[in-house]
Amino acid sequence: MKRVYVNEQWCLGCRLCEYHCAFANSKESDMVKALKDKKIHPNIRVESKGNINFAVSCRHCEDPLCVRGCITGALQRVNGLITVDKDRCVHCYTCIVCCPYGAISPSEDGAIQKCELCIKNNNGIPACVKGCINQAIVYEER
Amino acid sequence: MNYIYPEYEVVRNYARCITCRACENQCSNMVHCYVECESRMESKDDNCVNCHRCVTICPTRALKIVKSTHTFRENANWTGKTINEIYKQAQSGGVLLSSMGNPENYPIYFDKILINASQVTNPSIDPLREPMETRVFLGCKSHKITRDGGGKIIPKTTPQLDLSVPIMFSAMSYGSISYNAHESLAKASEQLGIYYNTGEGGLHEDFYKYSKNTIVQVASGRFGVHKDYLNTAAAIEIKMGQGAKPGIGGHLPGTKIVGAVSRTRMIPEGSDAISPAPHHDIYSIEDLRQLVYSLKEATDYKKPVIVKIAAVHNITSIASGIARSGADIIAIDGFRGGTGAAPTKIRDNVGIPIELALASVDKRLRDEGIRDSVSLVVGGSIRSSSDVVKAIALGADCVYIGSAALIAMGCHLCRSCQSGKCNWGIATQAPELVKRLNPAIAHQRLVNLVIAWEHEIKEMMGGMGINSIESLKGNRLMLRGIGLNEKELSILGIYHAGE
Amino acid sequence: MRYLIIGNSAAAIGAVEGIREIDKVGSICLISDEMYHTYSRPLISYYLQGKTDKDKMKYRDSDFYEKNSCQPMLGDTAVKIDHKKGNVILESKNKVAYDKLLIATGSRAFIPPIDGLKNVKKKFTFMKFDDVLALEKELTQDSRVLIMGAGLIGLKCAEGIYGRVKSIDVVDLAPRILSSILDDEGAQIIKNRICDKINFKLGAKVDKFNHNLAYLSDGTIQEFDILIIAVGVRPNIEIFANCGGVVDKGIVTNEKQETSITNIYAAGDVCESYDSSCDSRRILAILPNAYAQGRVAGINMAGGSISNKDSLPINALGLFGTHMVTAGSYAGDSFADTKHGYKRLFIKDGILRGYIIIDHIDKAGIYTALIRDKAPLSSDDFNLIRVSPSLAAFSDAYRLRILSGSDNNI
Repeated sequence: MKRVYVNEQWCLGCRLCEYHCAFANSKESDMVKALKDKKIHPNIRVESKGNINFAVSCRHCEDPLCVRGCITGALQRVNGLITVDKDRCVHCYTCIVCCPYGAISPSEDGAIQKCELCIKNNNGIPACVKGCINQAIVYEER
Repeated sequence: MNYIYPEYEVVRNYARCITCRACENQCSNMVHCYVECESRMESKDDNCVNCHRCVTICPTRALKIVKSTHTFRENANWTGKTINEIYKQAQSGGVLLSSMGNPENYPIYFDKILINASQVTNPSIDPLREPMETRVFLGCKSHKITRDGGGKIIPKTTPQLDLSVPIMFSAMSYGSISYNAHESLAKASEQLGIYYNTGEGGLHEDFYKYSKNTIVQVASGRFGVHKDYLNTAAAIEIKMGQGAKPGIGGHLPGTKIVGAVSRTRMIPEGSDAISPAPHHDIYSIEDLRQLVYSLKEATDYKKPVIVKIAAVHNITSIASGIARSGADIIAIDGFRGGTGAAPTKIRDNVGIPIELALASVDKRLRDEGIRDSVSLVVGGSIRSSSDVVKAIALGADCVYIGSAALIAMGCHLCRSCQSGKCNWGIATQAPELVKRLNPAIAHQRLVNLVIAWEHEIKEMMGGMGINSIESLKGNRLMLRGIGLNEKELSILGIYHAGE
Repeated sequence: MRYLIIGNSAAAIGAVEGIREIDKVGSICLISDEMYHTYSRPLISYYLQGKTDKDKMKYRDSDFYEKNSCQPMLGDTAVKIDHKKGNVILESKNKVAYDKLLIATGSRAFIPPIDGLKNVKKKFTFMKFDDVLALEKELTQDSRVLIMGAGLIGLKCAEGIYGRVKSIDVVDLAPRILSSILDDEGAQIIKNRICDKINFKLGAKVDKFNHNLAYLSDGTIQEFDILIIAVGVRPNIEIFANCGGVVDKGIVTNEKQETSITNIYAAGDVCESYDSSCDSRRILAILPNAYAQGRVAGINMAGGSISNKDSLPINALGLFGTHMVTAGSYAGDSFADTKHGYKRLFIKDGILRGYIIIDHIDKAGIYTALIRDKAPLSSDDFNLIRVSPSLAAFSDAYRLRILSGSDNNI
């Protein structure tokens, strides 16, 4: 299955992926309108330590701890993709405690949000991949 | 007190700025900063070198850089540039340094030359339907053909460089440009079937795998030269001069001689790498011949040897001498040629245009009947496929591209290489900047550029009814000058348009 | 192959999914005394709050049994295991034969022996959907509710009924609320935030009841209309113990969830787990653990081979808008950060052992992973993660491995 991977060697820590992600999931057609004066809640987040930078988003684990831990069944693994049914989420955040990557976070409405590989926003290839200026984030089969 | 007003202003469209801070994150000159209490970005114009990194990556196109309208009182003699140079030197007491090629307003002869096309009597060729040969061989060509009893040609040539297109990446050292820039050039050369040149920085051990496409340089400092270095290469280039700084040497400050750069150059970390102005063992053509043959001897006569010189006033005699020194290829670097750092006044005032140097050298070698003894490679500066076509028609076998290659990789010609803070990861050794140049991207851009030029070269050749580089070479009838005087036309050996 | 599962909650569902990873054809039968499609027990308080409904409470989609071709036998109770013959006898006198049996009977509310309790008319436990339906019938705007137990169940129940009743009093023997998951300081923070909604009587217990009156150990008398008992749970081990299986506090299993009796497995709240954060066996009655154990049991029952090496106590809890997460054990040195909400990290021998976080719970799972993996932390790394959880605290090689896809699972 194709997944989003980050290559630390090329990640510059510019955080543009975070903005492209937030924009792609904003339902707006203009980035300025979508993100101006807003605090963004991206599904991919850059971590940095010294000169090391890397973006982290859902790994779509084969044996996902978040799905195992989900108390409602809101998180499911469908054809390899870990999806969230926001309607069923009761904001208990057990998945946040479970995810070893820190890739799940509460959204503004309280339900959890996570990377769903831009499947739900019809972006084609994931926005973070498209927006990465150094091809550090790739979408491929490994 | 700082006398110098910033040359450029950063213009931010606050209506479009989403304060993603990518500009701040990516500017090594610390131009941008985020003002926490006002939740807005601010810019420090003083630091801006106009490299466009921020402009290019800004996801909402909220930035542009404009030339400051701040001005001195008008003066045709004392321009703002001249005044500022004096301010700088009065403050620092130092030599003015610059990077990349001579930017001054001298004639660009390529832009005053027009290319011919066939009509009616000599049909043009469609390169999409008919074969079009762009392959060239560089090296000494045999003066006569020998055949065996059956009439078959007996191939008897000295070593040659075999190129798919008459374009090579010119010498840029590891040190002046980054590891990733080198890897990009090497990868692209391999993919394209052409060559890149190490410059005087040695060859990093990681790049020996690209040696079939590598020309190694031996320059006055002899940095990085050893037996394996010479033997692994496809060809060896003796660097006598550089178009951007003819007559002077090079100086890579000790601060840049760290880690792999020091290892590759074979000098201690932190020591300045000073390339002397002359080769201290070369004071004559005879001396040069000794070095040429030393290198050939060291490599078992398997590698062609190139001698690279800057285009200077008496270039024709020098080239004639080199052709007799045993060199297989002469590379001539015009006064527009690039550099990682050179004294500004030398870069901008020394040397001659490549077009004139090329035309006169080609003519001189023909006149002396030794044109076939060497191939001619020209650079400094070839900017487009039409420049390539014109150079070949003026007599070149091949061109070197340096600045164009850097631009393809992302260079925005801000001409601040000497600062070592290249925001594009090219002319820098700072690891956090070097990683900005991903060879996976950069090498593809180089490949794309050369392939695009190749298409255009074929189109132009086809238009002229010519189907091989060989037939275009020195074919000055395919060129016409425009707006050139008699003297210029006569040096270039071309007619004026309309003639 | 005939699989029989006693239970229909997280561990049972985990087992079904585990079995079906390996065996697509064997028959699976689930026995449950509850009449409902599998639902999520922790959601019962959300049901009272109106944040979920009967349909959304389903732990798996409505077509789950069909899709996994299993046969639920709902509304019947398993009463006896005859492991020699390989069958289970139900209350309805039916016998169900099995080749592999999973005991996922969970736990039940503990009813403490208190004088006069049997004379209390409106008393409830808070474990099952039926408990909630019964409780809901009695709730009125005038109800004064007394909850015994200030633990997770008691307080989630309080949140569920808040706004639907006149008053809520919570009494607990422990001197602090949520004593099993919070430390004093954290408990105080939560208590301060909700003490305007709930009256707490801590460090006190009910000595005896007299109909609507509770006599507390501190000498006060508490009047109430509805009593909710949430003082703890007990694993439903009897059916297994009665057929001679080895039990301690819960059913004892090995890493493959096998019990002492051949072909009988156990998973979930009914059995003990190995808690790697404190290197001991204990009952970890939490849903993620139940599911994980169920899945491991299922895979092994179907002929696969998988071990459940470490179970970790983790809790995520939202209470009146405050979110808190905890994991591991609270041993060793602790470092608190009260700048943003409340965070306390427990570190021993250079390894993160546990944490308590209130409010800023983002990326807490990275802490959990550091605990689970017993990742050695340099002081630099620890200083880094004290501020916020970061994968940068893992070694470069490890991080490269998990992020590069050479291992799509930690």
